[in-house]
Amino acid sequence: MSASVHQQDSPPASGPAPAALERLRACPHCDALYQIAPVAPRERAICTRCGAVLIAPRARAFSRIIALAVTALILMAAAIFMPFLDLSASGMHSRASVLDAVLAFSDGMMLPLSVAVGALIVVIPALRLSLIVYTLAPMMRGGPALPRAGQAFRLADALKPWSMAEIFLIGVAVALVKVAGIATVTPGPAFWAFCGLVVVTVLHDDVMDAESVWQAIERRESARRTAADAAASRA
Amino acid sequence: MTAPQILGAPTPTARSAGLIGCTRCGRVFAPGTELCTRCGAPLSSRDPRALQRVWAWWFAGLVVYFPANIYPMLITRTLTYSGEGTILGGVVELLGHGDYFVAFVIFFASILIPVGKFLAIAFLALSIRNHRFLDEHAQHRLHAVVEFIGRWSMIDVFVVAILASLVRFDAVATINPGIAAISFALSVAFTMLSAQSFDPRQIWDE
Repeated sequence: MSASVHQQDSPPASGPAPAALERLRACPHCDALYQIAPVAPRERAICTRCGAVLIAPRARAFSRIIALAVTALILMAAAIFMPFLDLSASGMHSRASVLDAVLAFSDGMMLPLSVAVGALIVVIPALRLSLIVYTLAPMMRGGPALPRAGQAFRLADALKPWSMAEIFLIGVAVALVKVAGIATVTPGPAFWAFCGLVVVTVLHDDVMDAESVWQAIERRESARRTAADAAASRA
Repeated sequence: MTAPQILGAPTPTARSAGLIGCTRCGRVFAPGTELCTRCGAPLSSRDPRALQRVWAWWFAGLVVYFPANIYPMLITRTLTYSGEGTILGGVVELLGHGDYFVAFVIFFASILIPVGKFLAIAFLALSIRNHRFLDEHAQHRLHAVVEFIGRWSMIDVFVVAILASLVRFDAVATINPGIAAISFALSVAFTMLSAQSFDPRQIWDE
């Protein structure tokens, strides 16, 4: 673990050139200013003041992130539609899917809660993964970024705390303990899909390095702009 | 590896260099730039209204926190039993069954974290420039912990959702969510927004 960013000791006095600004980074958490230097894969650049991870590149990161995001999306589809838990008590059966859990509050005053639970465990995680695929898939193949890729990736980043699949899984465990006394509960295929989803999400967040993605977007964006300018000057 | 620094000298910041850092992606800009060219986030060296937003969400979270604890979270009806359970009642019931570990998880997520979060955010907002009780590093770590752990309070809301969808044996046994479920979910969301509105860069300002 070695931080290869250098503390900026002598800030440019006045009107720094845009090219010089491109080499600077401010820690998003504490504003400490650094000059960026290349960071090797599996190394991490850490803010010396507050300890935030600034840069943590991984080899073949984009293809791995996309593979994990697509896997997570497939597992999510399975987790939503297949039976999740099967409850049996004195000869009676009840079966619930994740969709049923979302729709549990769908009557009357509880409708907003239904919407919130659906958003937190289905809509936001799925949207976040889709936005990441949208941002990275074209760039993985060396092509230009799609329009608004930067905004898409920023939204994906902002949605991260609101994507609560792993918390839902702990909720399931607690609910199982609560009904264990009165009924027998058997996990269905969707339960295992959901467990897989949580594992894949953890791996995904581990490979993800926002700074590499931002640099790639910026590079493609400026290449696109130069090409457009060249075309315009020729015309 | 950092360049040699003079001990005790203030750490150079984007602000001290007369620049603006993007809090989303870290890119640095000349003063006067309004939007980050890389990620499109609005830029400000320090947001003067950040603390106002922190307090607004904090109070909103506190207002809905009271009904969340007074009204029932779960309404259970069976042939022989009909009852309503509050958040605290749920913990007591789990303890009664001997499920100490789960009782502890729910107590931690539904009572300890929310109360701790209200206290921690209020403490940070009041003492942002005052490092008498905690130094900058401790304050920064406290904010990071609050942001990381706050979302875990949602566990109880999900438990209610799962139980309500699972236990539906029409006349024999049903579980329905109570009004506290919605106020508790709102309280968690509001306090998460409160913690997110906080600008931790202000902790380090001279």
